[in-house]
Amino acid sequence: MNANLREAWALLPDYLGQHVILSVSALLLGVAVSVPLGVIAARSRRVGAPVLAVVSVVQTIPGLALLALFYPLLLAVSAVTDDLFGFSFRALGFLPALLALTLYAMLPILRNTVTALKGLDPAILMAAKGVGMTARQSLFRVELPLAAPQILAGIRTATVWVVGITTLSTPIGQTSLGNYIFTGLQIENWIFVLFGCVAAAALALVLDLLLAMAGAGLGRRSHARLVLAAAGLIAVIGAALLPELIQAHAPQARPMVAIGAKNFSEQYILADLMAGRLERAGFSVATKSDLGSTIAFRALSSGDIDAYVDYSGTLWGNILGRTDMPGRQAMLDTLAARLKADYGIASLGSLGFENAYIFAMRADRAQALNIKSLADLARHPELRIGGDFEIFSRPEWRAVAKAYDLGRMKRRQYQPEFLYRAVVSGDADVVSAFSSDGRIARYGLVILGDPKAALPPYDAMLLVGPAHAHDAAFLAALKPLEGEISLTLMQRANLMVDRDQDKQTPAAAAAWLDRQIPH
Amino acid sequence: MIEFLNLSKAYSASGTQAVRGLTLSIAPGEFLVLIGPSGSGKTTTLNMVNRLVEPDSGEIRIEGKNVLDSDPVMLRRSIGYVFQEAGLFPHMTVAENVAATPVLLGWDRPRIAARVTQLLDMVQLAGFESRFPQELSGGQRQRVALARALAARPPVLLLDEPFGALDPVTREAVAADVRAIHQRLGLTTLMVTHDMTEALLMADRIAVMADGQLVQVGSPRELVEHPADAFVAQLIETPRRRARALAETLRA
Repeated sequence: MNANLREAWALLPDYLGQHVILSVSALLLGVAVSVPLGVIAARSRRVGAPVLAVVSVVQTIPGLALLALFYPLLLAVSAVTDDLFGFSFRALGFLPALLALTLYAMLPILRNTVTALKGLDPAILMAAKGVGMTARQSLFRVELPLAAPQILAGIRTATVWVVGITTLSTPIGQTSLGNYIFTGLQIENWIFVLFGCVAAAALALVLDLLLAMAGAGLGRRSHARLVLAAAGLIAVIGAALLPELIQAHAPQARPMVAIGAKNFSEQYILADLMAGRLERAGFSVATKSDLGSTIAFRALSSGDIDAYVDYSGTLWGNILGRTDMPGRQAMLDTLAARLKADYGIASLGSLGFENAYIFAMRADRAQALNIKSLADLARHPELRIGGDFEIFSRPEWRAVAKAYDLGRMKRRQYQPEFLYRAVVSGDADVVSAFSSDGRIARYGLVILGDPKAALPPYDAMLLVGPAHAHDAAFLAALKPLEGEISLTLMQRANLMVDRDQDKQTPAAAAAWLDRQIPH
Repeated sequence: MIEFLNLSKAYSASGTQAVRGLTLSIAPGEFLVLIGPSGSGKTTTLNMVNRLVEPDSGEIRIEGKNVLDSDPVMLRRSIGYVFQEAGLFPHMTVAENVAATPVLLGWDRPRIAARVTQLLDMVQLAGFESRFPQELSGGQRQRVALARALAARPPVLLLDEPFGALDPVTREAVAADVRAIHQRLGLTTLMVTHDMTEALLMADRIAVMADGQLVQVGSPRELVEHPADAFVAQLIETPRRRARALAETLRA
């Protein structure tokens, strides 16, 4: 078997288990809320119309955005409850994903419940009253049983949607089958992407099939079908949850820690590198990858993750909100002091390389247009510039655009992986890139100079959350990484994952990198 | 047994006065048919007996007791009702449909089972217990509805155009059964129809309604011999004309 496929299989029990827990919880919660709400909505127009309108609007919000929005929302709610009752909760991971997915599950269930109840033959309702049923008896003995097939159809629709959208909970720190897809897209590992899609689709189909069988059993009053469907559902859910249950009940001698990673190859490799060192030091490590840039920092300060690597320039602008350029070492020192004072976060210093935001062009094109630095770009406002999803809304771009008068250039945004394709194929003339990326040299790109020093330095800093800022064992496991990863080493490790041929997994690249560092 | 005292009902939504000051009494064991054109207020009158519709003013008494003083749910369990087009519960078997009211009354299982068997025997549907309504013919469905109405041994039976959807042959057979069961169980029966032939053949007395008011009450013979006005005469004329035409056809 292919090494990538083997790694994908090895990850399946964890990803699938978490995916099933989240999807099934959201569906159960969705049913528990939507069916009673549907009953009320069917009886009262005053309730029904606004409720259906709100739920329909929720459905139009893109899944990724809805999931992401619940993070700041819960963070704010958690801060309020902490102030009022001294009670806070985790705003990252399971809870925001559960709430967002429950909202998604509601529309088809609610709508079908209302439609089914409103569509019942009035003669039947009259008969229910006529034989002497109370309103409650009529609801439970006649109306809901008659509406059941249509309500179940709504639940089936919700199941397929929710199982699919659960893949989008990966970026807010909830492991799911989406981890295959997000990671796969970043490192251009199509086997991973396909594996994640196929696994999610298969899960949705199996659950849908079992619910259809339960529906047929209900309709034809076939106890055999009902029992078979129920047994099937229990078996599928049980099998998916088994690894989680075993893990939860295993004696937990080793302290649990979580390592975070943003959504690109270098971050996956560094997270795996840290995880490996911590495991050898006796910790039980979980990695939470594909976190959004600011989400990663918030997650660290709130204790959802215990360590990750961030970059000095990013923290300088986004967290401290500074635009001045005091110089490399002053920046590192200020950051270490402020993060410690304001957030209780310990900085283990620079890893030894810089992953700067840079701008690059194809060498032949730069030569033809005689462009050597960002300053030369101002002469060519007709050029198109490509960036990742973040760059154009970051302070760095504002600084560069202001310093070199680049505000008029046409902008396009790409998935980081496709940025290189775009510049190589000519879809974009200039692209934003990262200096530690091994593909810059590989694709024959030239880095544009920054004569006005508009871009800050981006030294990779290893940050440790408040819970372990004074944990000697934890710090000792990671401290040897300080200053040991040169730019060349990091570029080579990144290229192992990012290249098209002989692609390695981030774990394999991390193992290679680990061997280059003295223990 | 059943007394209507100056009963009135207006529908606020449409503003129509469905029943205006109706006074009528039905003797114990009597089979009374309410007849009239669409919109004459006959079904509204019937539905007020078990409070599916609430009157605006006036009283309905059953065995001297004002129905408005009873709990509507308990009242309905004590009165049999056969709906237009049966109104059987499609998700329940024949046996479950028949058992509906006894189950609500909390009868024990053996008693319910015995009662269902007895009733299905009575309406000639023994062996149909586990069928579903959609597997039955129209006549069979109406017989199940009759069995359901009678399950909890009500003294009063209400029928709302019960044979409207049946073909003529079935209609006659089911009508004859209804009349026979009324007799056998000593029920007080109030039936609504717009078919005068049916009324003449089944009723002890017929109450003719028009525009929410009572036009004439009397036995079939009284109605035929002494119609109160041109409207009643016209209602009576239709079956008579058809009977004459039929007789002539057979003679020729």
